[in-house]
Amino acid sequence: MIEEEMTDNCEASFQTQRRSNEASGHDAIVTHDLERHFGDVRAVNGVNIQIPKGEIYGFLGPNGAGKSTIVHMLCTLLAPTGGRATVAGFDVESNPGKVRLRIGVALQEAALDPKQTGVELLSLQGRLYGLRRREIQRRVSELAEMIDLGDFLGRLIGTYSGGMKRRLDLAAALIHNPEIVFLDEPTTGLDPVSRLQVWSEVRRLNQELGITIFLTTQYLEEADELAHRVGIIDEGRIVAEGTPTDLKKAVGSDLILVRVEGDTAEAVAVLANVPGVQNVEAHAGELVITTSTGSATISPVAVALAGTSVVVRELTLRTPTLDDVFLELTGTHIERSESLEESS
Amino acid sequence: MTTAAYSVQTENSAASIGARPAGIFRDLSSIAGRALRAVPRDVTSVVPPVFIALFFFVVNIATLKKVTSGIPHFNYTSFEIATAILLGVTGVSRAPALVLDIQSKYFDRLLLTPVRRTAILVGHMVADVSVAAVLTVPILVLGFILGVRFHGGPLGVLGFIVLSSLWSLAFAGFGYAIALKTGNPAAVNSTFLLFFPFLFLTSSYVPRSQLSGWLSTVAKFNPVTYLLGGLRSLEVGGGAVWVPLGQALLAVVIVALISMTLCFAALRGRVKRS
Repeated sequence: MIEEEMTDNCEASFQTQRRSNEASGHDAIVTHDLERHFGDVRAVNGVNIQIPKGEIYGFLGPNGAGKSTIVHMLCTLLAPTGGRATVAGFDVESNPGKVRLRIGVALQEAALDPKQTGVELLSLQGRLYGLRRREIQRRVSELAEMIDLGDFLGRLIGTYSGGMKRRLDLAAALIHNPEIVFLDEPTTGLDPVSRLQVWSEVRRLNQELGITIFLTTQYLEEADELAHRVGIIDEGRIVAEGTPTDLKKAVGSDLILVRVEGDTAEAVAVLANVPGVQNVEAHAGELVITTSTGSATISPVAVALAGTSVVVRELTLRTPTLDDVFLELTGTHIERSESLEESS
Repeated sequence: MTTAAYSVQTENSAASIGARPAGIFRDLSSIAGRALRAVPRDVTSVVPPVFIALFFFVVNIATLKKVTSGIPHFNYTSFEIATAILLGVTGVSRAPALVLDIQSKYFDRLLLTPVRRTAILVGHMVADVSVAAVLTVPILVLGFILGVRFHGGPLGVLGFIVLSSLWSLAFAGFGYAIALKTGNPAAVNSTFLLFFPFLFLTSSYVPRSQLSGWLSTVAKFNPVTYLLGGLRSLEVGGGAVWVPLGQALLAVVIVALISMTLCFAALRGRVKRS
């Protein structure tokens, strides 16, 4: 029955929920071996996450990695096929109504009605969340200031730019002062200025209002800038989790990247013996050299490569990024796996 | 269900504002209100049906009034207004708008709120009934100008509007079923395939007694035949109203049972999380 989702559960269910809350220590989001299959396809395959209240958790991975599927399950739009998840202390499968009261969601595409004005859309959202008229007026006024749409808030949404729609979508997710906000790739398709505005707002929501934020992104810089902790997902599994700094430290303090043509196996063997080099890997015409002393090691590396048969096209020294973490763990770049998916 | 509000305290908010279950009536009025606000912004959904109804009303009177003048105690203008009303209100619904909601993902935004899933559909239907009732007005006004009189008085007019609106709702259920099942605007437009047999294989243009052969047989099983009978009886008024009115209501209920079963099944499929 459709309405059953909105009804209270029996006492047994309540007790189970209570135990769950105690077990999770009132974490904002907890998943245990969460799975979602679509036929034979395992979109999400045994994901375990524990996100304390007040954290910005960045969920990083290429398109098709399972990020949005997890968000849809945590937001109660999709039921898990295995494992379990609690959001704000309530099981997403057995108690979706209570979860919905406590979360705000901005999905990947701004889910707006072009035939309503911004004010009408926010007011309707407020009504559906049970806010009273005065409360709605107050929240619309607060959010109008936050998203800075000016007179456009009274105009039809169909006349908005992409950035304005994103900001309104974010406001719609916040109308009821949620405990937890899910932002599914909130800056995809935005221009750099709008992206910075969204970043600034995400930080403010977290720092000033204490809102827990679950942020999925395919942009490394975004996860690096915003997230307290990052979970890296690939093919439905979490392959690494930690603070951006810790994850990057695990790769090494400096990276020397060399684009080459020729026998990379020979180059790897030679570079492994260069003083200061900690690790050398070859990935599709690129040598990734890990070192703790990049500026001191780059010259010996160049000299060593000159003595091999490979032709050096480009040689770069930089600190590791989250993409390097992804590369280390999966053997491919996030951007590269995206373009492969798009071409397929 | 608890009515406690849940929120995070904000520095800017002096008092806590947080979500709470809104209640079924608020859910319904919110969804219906939004659907009604969209109507004047989407006049193409209501102007053509009224135009078609008025056009055929006038043209059919001009074409067939003389032909039927030989039938004793028969006024073709009064006879035809029921058909004009049904042409105007049949197929009027927000189902195409619901498809756009599905395509734009706004439907998902609604599902993310605590709104009752049934309220999303019923709220649209409440709006449809209101729109259908309003659409009958210009057709009735033209009818009055052309000499149509309701011997049943204002109650007869009210019954006429209510019955027409209920039929509009019953028929709209097919559109919603297709909208929710397919999420495809072109598929929703295919409800016109039902519109033609319902509206034309019946006593739309001449009395049932004048139909012959297969059309007479088909009309016997067409619920719209009885609906038209009920509507026309409201013009006549008096004690003879009740039997045709009862048959008309029964016809609407039968069609509504089928269409509502289909559209609520489609809703369950659409909001199913598995």
